[in-house]
Amino acid sequence: MIKSELIQKISATNAHLYHRDVERIVNVIFGEIVDALARGDRVELRGFGAFRVKYRAPRIGRNPRTGASVSVDEKFVPFFKTGKELRERMNQGDAD
Amino acid sequence: MGSKTLTRADLAEALVDKVGLPRNESQELVELVLSEISNALADGEPVKLSSFGSFGIREKGERIGRNPKTGEEVPITPRRVLVFRPSNIMKDRINAGLAQHRKAAE
Repeated sequence: MIKSELIQKISATNAHLYHRDVERIVNVIFGEIVDALARGDRVELRGFGAFRVKYRAPRIGRNPRTGASVSVDEKFVPFFKTGKELRERMNQGDAD
Repeated sequence: MGSKTLTRADLAEALVDKVGLPRNESQELVELVLSEISNALADGEPVKLSSFGSFGIREKGERIGRNPKTGEEVPITPRRVLVFRPSNIMKDRINAGLAQHRKAAE
């Protein structure tokens, strides 16, 4: 499923909303999650999962092809941990 | 750096503020978005949200694990796991945001 299909599904069950409003709703929800992570906050959605950022210290890396050392800056990487309910649902029923 | 935790209620509040929807409808929509994504994943269908990231599914075969307390070998059953890959946009925004935070803290 891609974003446009998600928007379509939601529009289908919410006939009173304009398509562009549903688009905006979906974008606001995911925009809020990104904004929270950019502040260093966690996002916890019970049953679905939790997003957080982890810190990665600067390090000296190597170009695997040439062996030359390159310095890699510190960075923050987003992580998602699947919620219990979703994890269980993914492992129920037929695996097709 | 921030240390708050955002929840469904905060997402619903954002819809009230930014889209102008009533609070109860905002709550329902947040729930609907999450459940549509969950349903697709539960059906084994990956979900790609451009500019956010993608939720993929990986099939794990059976392997032998160990009870760390007793050292006893136990089989780990085959299972599906969810892997989230953040988009480059998300990664860039997070790094830009947190670099700013660091400067402000100095």
